[in-house]
Amino acid sequence: MSQVKARRELITGCVSVAHAIRLSDVDVIAAYPIRPYTGVMNAVAEMLGAGEFDAEYLVADSEHGQFEIGKHASMVGARAFVGSSGVGWAYAMEAIVITATNRAPVVALVGNRALDDPGAFGTEHNETFMTRDIGWMFSWAADAQEAMDLTLLSYRISEDPRVMLPSAVCADGSFVTHIKYPVDIPSQEQVDQFLPPYKRSSALHPDNPFTVAPQCNEEYVFETRKQIDDAVRREHEVVLEAHKDFSKIFDRQHEPFLETYMTEDADIIFIGIGSLALAARASVREFRKRGKKVGFIRIKRFRPFPTEELRSLLKGREAVGVVDIDFSFGSPNHGGVVYQEIRSTLYDEPDKPPIVNFIAGLGGRPVTVATFREMADITFKTAERGKPERDVYWIDVRV
Amino acid sequence: MAGVPEDEFYASGHRTCQGCGPALACRLVAKAAGGRTIFLGSTGCMYVANTSYYSTPWIAPWMHTQLGAIGSAAVGTAAGLRALMRKGKIPEEKINVVGLGGDGGAMDIGLSSLSGAMTHDQDHLIVLYDNESYANTGIQASSLTPWGANTTFTPPGAIEKYRVGNPRHKKNAAQLIAAGHPEVKYVATASIAYPQDLISKVRTALAKGGPTFIHLLAPCPKGWGFPADKTIDIGKLAVETGMWSLYEIVDGKRKESYEPSDLKPVKDYIRMQDRFSHLTDEDIEKIQEKLTLKRKIKVPAPV
Repeated sequence: MSQVKARRELITGCVSVAHAIRLSDVDVIAAYPIRPYTGVMNAVAEMLGAGEFDAEYLVADSEHGQFEIGKHASMVGARAFVGSSGVGWAYAMEAIVITATNRAPVVALVGNRALDDPGAFGTEHNETFMTRDIGWMFSWAADAQEAMDLTLLSYRISEDPRVMLPSAVCADGSFVTHIKYPVDIPSQEQVDQFLPPYKRSSALHPDNPFTVAPQCNEEYVFETRKQIDDAVRREHEVVLEAHKDFSKIFDRQHEPFLETYMTEDADIIFIGIGSLALAARASVREFRKRGKKVGFIRIKRFRPFPTEELRSLLKGREAVGVVDIDFSFGSPNHGGVVYQEIRSTLYDEPDKPPIVNFIAGLGGRPVTVATFREMADITFKTAERGKPERDVYWIDVRV
Repeated sequence: MAGVPEDEFYASGHRTCQGCGPALACRLVAKAAGGRTIFLGSTGCMYVANTSYYSTPWIAPWMHTQLGAIGSAAVGTAAGLRALMRKGKIPEEKINVVGLGGDGGAMDIGLSSLSGAMTHDQDHLIVLYDNESYANTGIQASSLTPWGANTTFTPPGAIEKYRVGNPRHKKNAAQLIAAGHPEVKYVATASIAYPQDLISKVRTALAKGGPTFIHLLAPCPKGWGFPADKTIDIGKLAVETGMWSLYEIVDGKRKESYEPSDLKPVKDYIRMQDRFSHLTDEDIEKIQEKLTLKRKIKVPAPV
């Protein structure tokens, strides 16, 4: 067990997640290389080699193999960690689905990356969104500190007996995975206070023999789906509790679902996910100097979706600009994924604001203050008109 | 060089490291196959460091395929061409199909695809360019990384369990393909340090028709830790120490291409590469013993 005290270091998102893995006494790690998440596995290998903690570390044959290894380690009661990016996450998808349906509380790092072809290493959120329906929890880090904190929180929430479902911590490729940030690394004692051991009542073991994951057909599948739905509905409460404990011990992560930046008196609200928060906050301050009451909401937890929180925050506003670092071709209004979820969230709300969607940052093209200025012009006009001129704008694209 | 065509089908326009073995592999294979060829490349250095838009080194049609799909890409392409020609939709002619995959892509994630490709009677050649790691992602261990190699997933650690670095032994791709696939028409090992041998093998494979396979050693200065001007020397040393064998398998029979009369000690090869710098003399002795034993019972390298 690591005896290292709490300290602050300038490290990348990948390395900070590795610290969380070390501190969480993870038992099995399955690795496979793909940018930009690979750094976490490099760092874990170094820590194991130096004796900083003990675990079985497997270099898998592929992402599918990697996630299968993690799932099965979890099924015998071992705490497991895996991860991937972009098409790697897509390649693992069969195993990803079944990790949830088998209620294995595996934690994964997704280093968000654009899907092939053409190849690109930059941030896009689609690979994560492709798995949004199947029972994984998703939280999104804005910086390296949050990446580590969300990993610790993920083990706690996933392994809670009321939940028993896997979690992914999402970190924007390059912007969070690779950029160094001052990170407060907790001590082992602090983490031990927060994170109880993983106890799996149905763990495969000769002392308690039974058949796991039989063929069910129409007889029982519907019922198992309902069980997962029930568990997911319980997540909200478990998330609140975990964050309450976390913030008591570490004095961070006070907001479990959303970051709200200058939203109290805002007429215009921008919504986004991940590292664009930096540009968003700077833009909000700039607009406020110009006399515009703008606020920003960052969705930290995407599944379970914070529906009630967002509904009460967004009602009555003059306009809402939803920024999607993703695409959903052929969807209603051809809008992005977050746009669809926000519209769905507000459907029943009598006092719902006009919503305009921005597809931005695809392939890792940076979303900057300049990008926000362009989006703001359109959103201010939307507020004046009472409805958007166009539902969806592709910002910063050269055609 | 005698017998080597002058035309290039893989020219400048890539951005590989100085001394890159796989880039030379592509150049030689392309020369051998010629311009009436469709080349396929799975994800790796010979994709990312080759076809960075908007330049390309390929003077022949080339397409990217997924990391684990080199076999499927070759079969799909070959089947498409065959159907179109048979049905008269395109003119009948010999169009080579050559798939180039790295060791990680072809023998780890793509093993299922590669093996499957060796079972169908379609005309293609798959060249496994082996730089003994996932090089493009910054040098991680694959199942073709030799025992004791330092990679970012297998860094030599202070504690005994992790001391040697890579704990796994190199799989033998040529033997696996040849022994296990009755449909395969030609299997060979080759090295970029022996270009005439390589060119001859590529042409033999393509002339045979059916599924064919070449396992090609392509040393990597960055991954293996040797100076960029020593790539050919390292390639030769691999063969001269017995760490790499050059042979063909046709109709189940193995034919050696070149056998050094006196083998140099394995130590000469190992000590030239930084990735092994943490290995003790004892470790190297172990490698030598294993190699000598396998040679005695005629098991071809890699062992």
